[in-house]
Amino acid sequence: MSLFDLSITEVHKRLKAKELTAIDLVEESFKRIAEVEKDVQSFLLIDEEGARKRAKAIDEDIAKSEDIGILAGLPAGVKDNIVTEGITTTCASKILENYDPIYSATAYKRLLAGQAIMIGKMNMDEFAMGSSTEHSGYHSTYNPWNLDYVPGGSSGGSAASVAAGEVYFSLGSDTGGSIRQPASFTGIVGLKPTYGLVSRFGLVAFASSLDQIGPLTKNVEDAAHVLQTIAGHDGKDSTSANVHIPDYISALTGDIKGLKIGVPKEYMGEGVDSQVKEKIMDAMKVLEGLGAIIEEVSLPHTEYAVPTYYILAPSEASSNLARYDGVRYGVRADSAENLLEMYKKTRSEGFGAEVKRRIMLGTYALSSGYYDAYYLKAQKVRTLIKQDFENVFEKYDLILGPTVPTTAFKMGEKISDPLTMYVNDILTVPVNLAGLPAISVPAGFVNGLPVGLQLIGKHFDETTILRAAHAFEQHTEFHKQRAQLVRG
Amino acid sequence: MSISKKDVEHVANLARLALTEEETNIYTEQLNSILGFFEKLDELDTSEIKPTSHAFNITNVFREDKAGESLPREKALKNAPEQKDGQFKVPTVMEG
Repeated sequence: MSLFDLSITEVHKRLKAKELTAIDLVEESFKRIAEVEKDVQSFLLIDEEGARKRAKAIDEDIAKSEDIGILAGLPAGVKDNIVTEGITTTCASKILENYDPIYSATAYKRLLAGQAIMIGKMNMDEFAMGSSTEHSGYHSTYNPWNLDYVPGGSSGGSAASVAAGEVYFSLGSDTGGSIRQPASFTGIVGLKPTYGLVSRFGLVAFASSLDQIGPLTKNVEDAAHVLQTIAGHDGKDSTSANVHIPDYISALTGDIKGLKIGVPKEYMGEGVDSQVKEKIMDAMKVLEGLGAIIEEVSLPHTEYAVPTYYILAPSEASSNLARYDGVRYGVRADSAENLLEMYKKTRSEGFGAEVKRRIMLGTYALSSGYYDAYYLKAQKVRTLIKQDFENVFEKYDLILGPTVPTTAFKMGEKISDPLTMYVNDILTVPVNLAGLPAISVPAGFVNGLPVGLQLIGKHFDETTILRAAHAFEQHTEFHKQRAQLVRG
Repeated sequence: MSISKKDVEHVANLARLALTEEETNIYTEQLNSILGFFEKLDELDTSEIKPTSHAFNITNVFREDKAGESLPREKALKNAPEQKDGQFKVPTVMEG
């Protein structure tokens, strides 16, 4: 058994009782990394020295009987698009190969304030653009349940490191499913908070109206603890919500009697793998057995969500990524004759194929003559998608469905055809377009690969999502299974 | 709407990307297939629908007009590929 199988409250208790040290916890991480990292490859950077130093400081605090945070001593992975002062942050892009941040993201600062210990920076699809982590500018990450399969993306390194037991938990970011989809593919819990609940300050921008940081954990209680630590208003992010942060832990009562859950027929229709559907129906029975009322509902504009997302997100990205021009930071291409040539050479050499494709797509959608046909049209459809959710939430507390229509796909299977990769995002992107919170929790296995159950809540109602997900978890064993790093 | 190789070259220039001949061909093909997929949105009549640019309608987020801490110059220049006299240095802008 790994030390990481102990609950957060148990770790906390043992640390305070001096039965366990923070050093023990980071050594557990490094031991596991030595065993499996060559196969999983979830890290872009490992900060052994820094982690040991922070662990020692926590142990000294404990020795002096000082109060410690609930996350104290827990080894964490941080997705490499979250800036960490003094620790290279690349977004898995060659263009930021040498970027040494001069400030830290608010969410990361809050983790440190909670005394979690960052072990390293996690691999991802370059600039969070992708659903498999095959688009990293450095190397792929492999699914710990079967190393021939992708771990999902873009937070693939964050997810795989938790599933493989290399870290206790990770932070990821979710623009169109990038926390929930890899959580689903690797059999762990992934929570995408309401837009604005967690500060985006220091999260390298991909699509600013959609991006959100959130936790990837082994169970729902851990997700609640991490969210409690990172949520809250931040004056440095003008889109940060100034709302009361509830006590997420006390919401985990196990009582979901009378909870009204809608299952959109569009989420269980054609295109959803029949074996995945079976697991979701099993999950519905578990929730019904606990007293939830489950009924079929409709989100009629679901089929328009993927084209809407793939117009809006690349449009915002094409604008956000204009900053990588080789002037203030990042890599600059050599031997350019003039400024314009320097821009072009730098960007062409620094960005990978998927990032260039999305910049091209976004630039086209925003360009003169096409703005109304693509960008404005997609913004209007976004309104319809948002209204679909508002209508259902008038009568229901939660929306339920699969997180992804399939289990993880094979390495290389979708890399050559971007469109087949995009359409797989159909059940995750609507949530970002509407700014809603959603969680993916383990709900079974198909041919040895995990299936995720998605629960979507009302704006800022993370408590109901966590309560239902936790109740489900208490009556199932899927989250207790550990990946065995097999092949084939 | 279909996109020609010339359109792709134009968009690449707007995006400050220098594409190789091979990339231009691949992107022309792929962008056409993706743009074809976007045509699905034409099925919807959105003439009466207001656009959404943001999940919430937050407007005018103000703070007190008080000077905060500034970044020291050396820190701001720390990641610069090239610098001179405390400033970012770039190649020639205009032929002179």
